[in-house]
Amino acid sequence: MSDQTQPAKAQIPVTVLTGFLGAGKTTLLNRILSEDHGKRYAVIVNEFGEIGIDNDLIVESDEEIYEMNNGCVCCTVRGDLVRVLEGLMRRPGRFDAIIVETTGLADPAPVAQTFFMDDDVRNKTMLDAVVALVDAKHLPLRLKDSDEAQNQVAFADVIVLNKTDLVSPEELAEVEHMVRTINPMAAIIRAERANVPLDQILDRGSFDLNRVLANDPHFLEGEDHDHHDHDHDHDHEHCHDENCGHDHHHHHHHSHIEELGVKSLSLRGGEMDPSRFMTWIQRVAQTEGPNILRLKGIIAFKEDPQRYVVQGVHMILEGNHQRDWKDGEKRESRLVFIGRELKEDLLRQEFEVCQV
Amino acid sequence: MPTVAPFDLPAHCIGVFWLRDIPHFALADGIVHRLDDGHKSVELHDGLLSAAQAGDRLLTGGEDGKVCSLDPDGSFETLAEIGRKWISSVAAGPQDIVGFASGRTAYVRFADGRIKELQHPRTVEAIAFAPKGVRLGVARYNGATLHFPATEGKPTELEWEGAHTGISFSPDGKYLVTTMQENALHGWKLADSKHMQMAGYPAKVKSLSWSAKGKWLATSGAPAAIVWPFHHKDGPMGKAPLELGTRGTILATHVCCHPNEDVVAIGFADGMILAARFADNKEVVLRRAGRSAITALAWDKAGRRLAFGSDDGACGIIDISG
Repeated sequence: MSDQTQPAKAQIPVTVLTGFLGAGKTTLLNRILSEDHGKRYAVIVNEFGEIGIDNDLIVESDEEIYEMNNGCVCCTVRGDLVRVLEGLMRRPGRFDAIIVETTGLADPAPVAQTFFMDDDVRNKTMLDAVVALVDAKHLPLRLKDSDEAQNQVAFADVIVLNKTDLVSPEELAEVEHMVRTINPMAAIIRAERANVPLDQILDRGSFDLNRVLANDPHFLEGEDHDHHDHDHDHDHEHCHDENCGHDHHHHHHHSHIEELGVKSLSLRGGEMDPSRFMTWIQRVAQTEGPNILRLKGIIAFKEDPQRYVVQGVHMILEGNHQRDWKDGEKRESRLVFIGRELKEDLLRQEFEVCQV
Repeated sequence: MPTVAPFDLPAHCIGVFWLRDIPHFALADGIVHRLDDGHKSVELHDGLLSAAQAGDRLLTGGEDGKVCSLDPDGSFETLAEIGRKWISSVAAGPQDIVGFASGRTAYVRFADGRIKELQHPRTVEAIAFAPKGVRLGVARYNGATLHFPATEGKPTELEWEGAHTGISFSPDGKYLVTTMQENALHGWKLADSKHMQMAGYPAKVKSLSWSAKGKWLATSGAPAAIVWPFHHKDGPMGKAPLELGTRGTILATHVCCHPNEDVVAIGFADGMILAARFADNKEVVLRRAGRSAITALAWDKAGRRLAFGSDDGACGIIDISG
């Protein structure tokens, strides 16, 4: 809303916590709710279940996936979240942040998309990060037999490898390699009995274009990670074209890591032509969106003193200038796709064509 | 000149209601305030989510799983308690019947206290009773369901793709209109289930109000009140709506038709309230812009005073006879 008389209200950060039964989610939620960390959290859960804490700010909600009526196959939102977040935000001041718990079987995309597609939710809250809690012992098997497990790992900004005390160092290295293969962008945090430091999973700003990628050592490889706050209008692109639907083809998954359904593609290049790149990335989001779980990139545009950052969830694409390139910083463009059936060669070629 | 008597309250206003000519302000913190020889209040819930008028009483639903009925003297009774669940919707039916909803269940409480549960495969987004007969409408994903809770008859299903989030019967009972997750309304002519699509809004429609005798339906969701004609044979189909009180980019957030005349009060996102006349689009500023969006409006029975509430609790009464 472009309302002059209204002061800009702070948006409440929302963390999405995914994880299969037995991964340690309840332990983690109980820690978040009971530890003295100076912040108050409202938690939206599927079932009160085993959360042993009696707290008015724990809300039970049926996962309700609503397909938007615009012919776009991946335009889905969580209807229950729209309603519960609206209710919570009518009584602000009771909590500093919100956590949405989802089961391991749930697709994280509709949860994330809710924060981009629903104006009311977008006005009052912002998605902070998708955190996947996984069991280091059982993850390899899960990844091999379930698309949902792959989606969870692929979609996450932070992956907490829990129960590392139950695996050997070799097993741990193997599972980290698998996770990294699927998702080169996420931060991986090892934990035992969900003892992850809470400041490493909460308030990460993973979808904040001013901060996105700033705290990602794997993506930035040895850069300084300070970031500046800029006020920018966010470009917001979204496909509402009836023809942007896309057929899904489901291949049989073999039990080799190389043949997991979800893959990542990391592209790296020099300076880009802005109009060629923007046209291309928007077309990719529209045509390949159903297969793209996440994308993130830092782009060096020709004769542009600022870094351009871009991120996407399926067909939703956001981009903005982030900060000035620093002296001595290599002006190069990097882009990572995570998805299914990515047309790797084509994407790579087209990316290269966008270079100056 | 209209005069505004501000009434500043500490929480989001869910609804305003005139019970026996006493203005009531239901707030999201669970407290209902009223102006009856001074400021009085009663705490009904730990968190109030829904409210609806039932004659001289106010029905409320809370985050505490309770459904309450409040009298204008401040006394109240708890009609139902379903445990730790949110009561997302309440509605008043005929014969003292009360409807409420939580998750995928709609509940109908009869005057004798008996409660009937109506299960649905998906979330019950909103409920409303038809003006005549014991008929409960449920807005849901991909359409609406009409129940006849006093009988064992099968419900009528009205299908339309998409998520339907709000529901309202026309005062003559001929039409059913839903608001949607998309920026649109959908309607059915109940006699023949004929569809009516009302789209083109820049934002979600959250407020509906039928004009005197149900001739028009005023709606929010645009930088004006969009008012659809319902006095033609097929409702608004093929007819353009009126656009009243148009204001650049500021969205209308709440609308309330005058009880007797073809006039609508329009509350905006910046707190301004206008009144606009259907016949000639003439408008009057009733309240200048304030701090937050208007979330509730209600005319008294005579149509002389308008109670309002807003997102941050700035409420008040506007006397239009000045």
